Parts: sequence; C-alpha cells; structure tokens
Amino acid sequence: MSMLHLVNKSPYERNSLDTCVGYVKEGDTLLLIEDGVYAAMSSGKASAKLSGLDVAVLGPDLAARGISEERLIDGVAVVDYAGFVDLAAAKDKVQSWL
Amino acid sequence: MSETKKFMYVNRKAPYGTIYAWEALEVVLIGAAFEQDVSLAFVDDGVYQLIEDQDTSGLEMKNFSPTYSALGDYDVKKIYVEKESLEERGLSIDDLQHLTWEDEDEDYAEKDSIQVVTRAEMADLFAESEVMFNF
Amino acid sequence: MPIEVNGKVLETDEEGYLADITQWEPGVAEVMSKEDDLTLTAEHWELINFLREYYEEYQIAPAVRVLTKAVGKTMGKDKGNSKYLYSLFPYGPGKQACRYAGLPKPTGCV
Repeated sequence: MSMLHLVNKSPYERNSLDTCVGYVKEGDTLLLIEDGVYAAMSSGKASAKLSGLDVAVLGPDLAARGISEERLIDGVAVVDYAGFVDLAAAKDKVQSWL
Repeated sequence: MSETKKFMYVNRKAPYGTIYAWEALEVVLIGAAFEQDVSLAFVDDGVYQLIEDQDTSGLEMKNFSPTYSALGDYDVKKIYVEKESLEERGLSIDDLQHLTWEDEDEDYAEKDSIQVVTRAEMADLFAESEVMFNF
Repeated sequence: MPIEVNGKVLETDEEGYLADITQWEPGVAEVMSKEDDLTLTAEHWELINFLREYYEEYQIAPAVRVLTKAVGKTMGKDKGNSKYLYSLFPYGPGKQACRYAGLPKPTGCV
C-alpha cells in the first residue's frame, strides 16, 4: 500500500507537517501545496523535517508565493496540476492533513 | 478633524492560503484614507506577504503583492518586519519587495518604508501604539 | 444591472461598477457617460486612462486623496486638485471615473 500525503498548511503556523511526517512510510510521497510549500525552502528551519522523504511541491503555489525553484531543498520534484493528478493516481490512497 | 491616533496593523498570515493578508491590506488602505498615523508590522508567516516576484497566474487568484507599493501613496511610511521571523524562515530583507514613500518636503525624494526590527523592538512598538488590529 | 456595449451584455454590481474588469473597452465609458448625460472629452479620457494605468500597476482603485496627489505629480498641479477633477467628474473623480474605467469602487471610498 502506498500513500500520497498532502500538506497545505505552513509548517511555521500549524503542526500538520509534524504530524504527517510521523506517518509517512517507505514508498509514500509527500506533496506540499498552498501554504505547505514554504516547508521546502532550503534556507528555512522547517526544511529539516523533510530529510529522507520523497517530496513534491505544487509549482503554481510556489510561483504565487514568489519562491523560485533554486530556493528549494535538493531532490524535491516540482509538479503542475496534471502532475498532482498523476501522483494521486499512482498511489493507492490520498491522505490530506488539513 | 478628529485627533489622529497611532494605529498598528499586525500581519501574521501568509498570503493566498487564507484571505487574511488581502483583507488586512484593504483595511489598512481604508484606514489610511482617514489620515491616521499608521504602522504595519509583519511577524511570523506575515513576512511571506512581502516576498517579491509573486506570480499567481497559475492559481486564478488576484496577485495583490503590487498593492503594497501603493502604501507610500497612502502615506503609510512605517513598515516593520521582525528579524526573528525572517531568520526562522531563512529569509532576508533582500527577498522582500523594496517599498518606498516620497517625501514631498524634499522634492519627492524616495525613502525606504521597510525597517527590520528585533522582537524586543517590535514589542516596544506594540506598546506605543494606541489602536491595534490583528490579522 | 447589466449594460450593453457594442452588442455585448456586461454584468455590473449594484452600484454600476463593472463586474469583470477584463471585459472593459472604451465603449464602456461611452455607454456609462451617456447615461449620466456627460460628454467625454480628451481631458476625461486622460483621467480614465490614468486610472487604468494606476490599477494595472497597483491592483487597486486609488482613494480620491491619493488620486489627486498622483495626478498632480504626473500631469501637473493645475490638474492635481479636486476642483479640476470634480469639474470633469461631478459625481466624484474617484467613484465616477473609476466606474467609467471599469475599475472597482475605490478602496477607502465609503
């Protein structure tokens, strides 16, 4: 069983990312959307929480917030809405950490 | 004309994820139209509001980041950004928009509106203000 | 109430401001001014275009005080005063001119 985890809250404002990473298993992917994308900025403290995980971020949400791809931690995949759908389809389940 | 009061607007939310940032900006502009002494504070995720080069074309949402540049026209000249909040997020003042106001008394000389202050200095600014609005 | 401009029906809000700014065309100002019995001159258009450029840059319709100051800076002091602006737009340079320009009601206008 593989899971796509969605986090849409800022890691500096809510604990959804903290809780989520505790549940991520081998083969799962974590997709950061909306204010969740701030976690993937390499210079921010919260980026440490993502180490060792398969992480993707939604490109349009990055662009809206003025974050260029160079600011992200290494190994993060930037996906568009079609890529979001592909990820959801590739996994058995989607869990949204609202 | 009633006496002017010191207004402090505290912004703690990131833009776009919630409506707070845009609502706050509208309230600030309305308040400034009544010629009060206005200060803006950006703390916690509020500092993300000022990041430059925001492009919302992929979201079908209004990009309101250009509106911060109009604050100078509304005589909002005091914009305080908390140093600790920037650092925690790995940001510096160079990541933020360059906001200015024009000093009519000095032949429209452009002056910086943004000041980075420490949390302790921010606490003093809050203490000095007479009316606070929190977003 | 919707308005008809060059055969197209455009939605407006309850105060007559265009619902969708992207639908604006010069005909909008022509139709709206005709309803107000106002004939648009080059001076009117200068202000309408100025407002559209202001919105393009800042994403807001400026309050009258801000508009007056900005007009004074770019078009000169003889135009950057409320007497001149009200002579062009008797219902208020902010409200009326913004409406003709397809902008929302000015932020800070009550």
